[in-house]
Amino acid sequence: MTVEFPALALILLFPALGVLFNLFLGPRYGRGAVNVVGPGVVFVAFGVATWAFLTLLAMPPGGALAVHLWGWIEAGRFHTELGLRLDALSGVMVMIVTGVGALIHLYSVGYMAHDEDFARFFTYMNLFAFSMLILILADNLLMMFVGWEGVGLCSYLLIAFWYTNPQFAYNGRKAFVVNRIGDAGFLLGIFTIVATLGAHDVWTLDFVELRQHAALLGGAAATAAGFLLFIGATGKSAQIPLYVWLPDAMVGPTPVSALIHAATMVTAGVYMIARLGFIYTMAPAALGLVATIGGLTALFAATIALVQPDIKKVLAYSTISQLGYMFLGVGSGAYASGIFHLMTHAFFKGLLFLCAGSVIHALGGEQDMNKMGGLRRKLPITFWTMFIATLAIAAVPPFSGYFSKDLILEAAYDSGHSWLWFLGVITAGLTSFYMFRLIFMTFFGESRVDSEKEHHLHESPAVMAIPLIVLAILATVGGWVNLPGGLLWGNAFVRFLTPAVGAFKPIVEASPTSLSLAASIASALGIALAYLFYLRLPGVPMLLAWRLKDLYNLLLNKYYIDQLYNFIVTRPLFWVSDNVLNRAIDSFVIDGAADGAGLAVRTSGQIARRAETGNVQHYAFVYLLGALGIVAYYLFLVTH
Amino acid sequence: MSPFNLAAINFVWLPILPLVVVTVAAMAVLLAGVRVDDSESEGLGLLTLASLAVAFVFTLGILGQYGVAFAGAISVDSFSAFFELVILIAAMFTVMMSLDYAAENRIPGAEYYSLLLFSVLGMMLMAAAGDLIVIFLGLETMSITVYVLAGIMRRNAKSNEAAIKYFLLGAFSTGFLLYGIALVYGATGTIKLGPIHDALASGAMGSNPLLLAGIGMMVIGFGFKVAAVPFHMWAPDVYEGAPTPVTAFMAVGVKLAAFAAFIRVFMVDFASVGAHWQTVLWVIAALTMTGGNLIAVVQTNIKRMLAYSAIAHAGYLLLGMAAGVRSGPAILYYLLGYTFTNLGAFSVVIALERRGEAGNQISDFRGLAARQPLLAGAMAIFLLSLTGVPPMAGFVGKFYIFSEALHQGYVGLVIIAVLNSVVSAYYYFYVLVAMYMQEGGVEVERLSARPALVAAVGLAALATILIGVYPQPYIASAANAFHSASGAEGSHSAALEP
Amino acid sequence: MIPLTYMMSLSAIIFAIGVAGVIIRRNILVMFMSIELMLNAVNLAFIAIGSRLGSMDGQVIVFFVMTVAAAEAAVGLGIIISIFRNRETVHADDLTLMRW
Repeated sequence: MTVEFPALALILLFPALGVLFNLFLGPRYGRGAVNVVGPGVVFVAFGVATWAFLTLLAMPPGGALAVHLWGWIEAGRFHTELGLRLDALSGVMVMIVTGVGALIHLYSVGYMAHDEDFARFFTYMNLFAFSMLILILADNLLMMFVGWEGVGLCSYLLIAFWYTNPQFAYNGRKAFVVNRIGDAGFLLGIFTIVATLGAHDVWTLDFVELRQHAALLGGAAATAAGFLLFIGATGKSAQIPLYVWLPDAMVGPTPVSALIHAATMVTAGVYMIARLGFIYTMAPAALGLVATIGGLTALFAATIALVQPDIKKVLAYSTISQLGYMFLGVGSGAYASGIFHLMTHAFFKGLLFLCAGSVIHALGGEQDMNKMGGLRRKLPITFWTMFIATLAIAAVPPFSGYFSKDLILEAAYDSGHSWLWFLGVITAGLTSFYMFRLIFMTFFGESRVDSEKEHHLHESPAVMAIPLIVLAILATVGGWVNLPGGLLWGNAFVRFLTPAVGAFKPIVEASPTSLSLAASIASALGIALAYLFYLRLPGVPMLLAWRLKDLYNLLLNKYYIDQLYNFIVTRPLFWVSDNVLNRAIDSFVIDGAADGAGLAVRTSGQIARRAETGNVQHYAFVYLLGALGIVAYYLFLVTH
Repeated sequence: MSPFNLAAINFVWLPILPLVVVTVAAMAVLLAGVRVDDSESEGLGLLTLASLAVAFVFTLGILGQYGVAFAGAISVDSFSAFFELVILIAAMFTVMMSLDYAAENRIPGAEYYSLLLFSVLGMMLMAAAGDLIVIFLGLETMSITVYVLAGIMRRNAKSNEAAIKYFLLGAFSTGFLLYGIALVYGATGTIKLGPIHDALASGAMGSNPLLLAGIGMMVIGFGFKVAAVPFHMWAPDVYEGAPTPVTAFMAVGVKLAAFAAFIRVFMVDFASVGAHWQTVLWVIAALTMTGGNLIAVVQTNIKRMLAYSAIAHAGYLLLGMAAGVRSGPAILYYLLGYTFTNLGAFSVVIALERRGEAGNQISDFRGLAARQPLLAGAMAIFLLSLTGVPPMAGFVGKFYIFSEALHQGYVGLVIIAVLNSVVSAYYYFYVLVAMYMQEGGVEVERLSARPALVAAVGLAALATILIGVYPQPYIASAANAFHSASGAEGSHSAALEP
Repeated sequence: MIPLTYMMSLSAIIFAIGVAGVIIRRNILVMFMSIELMLNAVNLAFIAIGSRLGSMDGQVIVFFVMTVAAAEAAVGLGIIISIFRNRETVHADDLTLMRW
């Protein structure tokens, strides 16, 4: 059942208005106005989204709200409309994006309080919210792609926000280029769908209609489309092999890292696969690849996170790893579980980043954990909220991460990927270890803060603290919406999502208790080890690093993947670009042609304008020439 | 020859009610303004604005009616209503631009506004004409008043010069148009559009030399009014010299009226002999686009640049006409978008202009984005629309015209047009670059004290985007308007019941 | 009865003389007079065609054209006078303040 709900457009409209205001009027009306409008529009959007979501909840399962905006593209038989659709899946996503987004916008008011470019910052942030909401609310694949590209652009703009630093600008470009590679795959996926359905004379990209006609795609086309679309997802959601941009994206302002590179944008790939689950269900090979890449990425990124000294880098690799979990979930066919983890992750990872930002803010920009320590008394709110988030990500019950991670591992096992389940369990242990390492190095032990900065240490202002507290509450209770089956409102979240994404069909049945126990044991081991290494026996990590020097360096340098890409992709490309394309073709052929054409146009303009002598009689004469020309033509016509 | 029969004339007042309102308003403004000081003419302007609005409302009443009135002298259809509405919009924008401009420059208010209204009357007559002589009368009513408007700043040498150049060439060109009318009259034996249409459609004319010469002369006459190369030479000088609101009015209103008559006569009534004029228009369109764009590239005065740009746009419209009847709706839609875009651009020019000369150079736009971000943003919208960048109205219009021409096989002409669009980007972006990437330029004065002007800029920008982003209803009404003139409703034969 | 061709030819010749006058004569007043000549040539054509067709339209149009010409003359002379006041010239080639 679909109900017309025009107010959906408001969810998009308000961030768009925010963009216009901040872009054009922000510099003039100043910080006060921008600080109200920037977060304000997202809060209003959140209000409207809540209204829509409650309306949806009141409807019977499988319902949806929709609004048709207008016709968009018509090319022959193919046509696409601009329309918004809010079903259970997009409803959950919209609530996350506007809710967490609003909190992070609020936090940014404090974080960017000393930055001169606040108007530009909030312009981009609002633009991001707008694009992300298009991505989510789109009722067809092409419009989703518009949002997909929009968030990519905003990501680039915000990573390179402090563009005067060449390294930051470079990292922004890197993110953009890597994402383009993925986007090319995404586009090819869309083309595959259009071409295959077109052969059956079905011309649509609307999700509802696609689902009706999905059978026409057949196994091969569905697999091809699934692979190609997943390439897009590996770019946007930082999976092997295209994850390399995300760690470098951490040079952007920390609220950006929290909003875009943890809570929302990077999860777009997961959302896309859940949205197109009906295609992936028909393509087991593509789905298996999703699960495999997800599981591998989860473990791979977690190992790198073990040794990173930079607090944001640890969180970045942790994000990649957690995204791997989500892909493992959707790749196992348990779309609702993947989305569930997406939601809890948005809470605790957004919170972790905001806390890290609070620490960095307090330390005047310091990100190296070796120069922190003992901060828990100086920054009590930050410490407690970050501690809660860490418990959540480490899957300690009853914090939110426990429920969602559990569900994913269970799905991985039940769908027959027992070895991926095993990787997931290992990753769970590693996750606890590196997160508690972060907590212990930052907040416990002796202070290693520069004495000069020690004096300026201060807890963040209320405008930053409130989002921390709200998110901490969410990170605690967020998992309770889907208690294990049989307990109170057991499986409520999954049951709510199932009509929109399809039910999970297990292949093997296992006892959930034992599975859950294995992961919990791994998790507890990780915590214990971190406690031992970083609080009890602080010499051990150094000893280990020295003893296992090669392994340590391998991890510290992120498996030298950046260097590898640089060697086999970037440098040859640069060589060809510079020597062949730039010097030979561009400078010589194209510039020559363009400059020549420009010169020709200007010169002929200069000559032609001389005809305009200013003398009205000359004008009449030219007029007469034209008239004679026409008369001559008609004379010719009559006589022939 | 029918005896003079009063009853056969069928006086139907409703369709000409807008014309009556405008006429009465023109006289009322003239009378009311007798004792008004030149520097306090805002009240007269507001009176003008109000009466134009009333006429606008009455015009809406014509939509959906078909037929002829006053013994065939007036065509009543959505085509005339469409053009009358757009002309009235253009006139209202012109008044909004003029309110402060006229007072500041001591332009005699009573004369100015009543001439403006009379000129609107002429334009609406051209749009609603049912025979060639009404077209001629409308054209002259419009032209003679615009000659005066161009020269209304009597002590300004440039304004003088603009008036005399426009006047001499305009009267010269009237001779050609009138000669064309005489020849068509001679060939078909009638001056009424409906019977001319039927006479030509019957195919009995063949290539009658009188008819051919008449068509040629009328192409020349209309070509002058729409500023088509090589009959365009007056436009840059007149646009530069005339007071800027008048320039806007000429660039939009005169062009709308001229195209209304041009399209009705050629694409509806001469449609059956298209072979006789489409080739000529092909050549003129190519010349007009190319000439306008090439010379625009080297201009330094913004009004002059916009004049050449207007010539180029006339070229795109002529391309549509040359491509035949199917492009009709596209042309009407293009004119609608062009109207708002150009009015907006001229409004910004007025905002920058100061008494005397300053503010009309492109270099005066330097750094505007930093000083007046909204004004610069609006100008950017207009320039992008003129260039034809999505999602502005200009893009959809261009795309629509070009694709219709392509459908009818005019590949060569479309290639010329697209190349010309590329050239045009050069000079439009030149202004953008000046606004956003350079420094210097003039200060914009008293913008907050000129609410009407600001409103004109804002509304034009809004419309430019709206018509571009959501074109469907405007395309539909353009198509409806065009088909109501050319369609099978019998618009030329059935007399309206009084 | 005089053949229509004769009258049309005469009209064309007068029209051409008028056009030539506009192109050749430097004095704006004389140019304007030449334009009036063109209009009268057209009037001749209208009358000739009207009487040949036996239709009244041609005759009526002439009155309209004469009216318009009168209005044009009034406006034109006014513009010329104001030019002369400002610039003290009525020569077309002196009025080139705006060009290129």
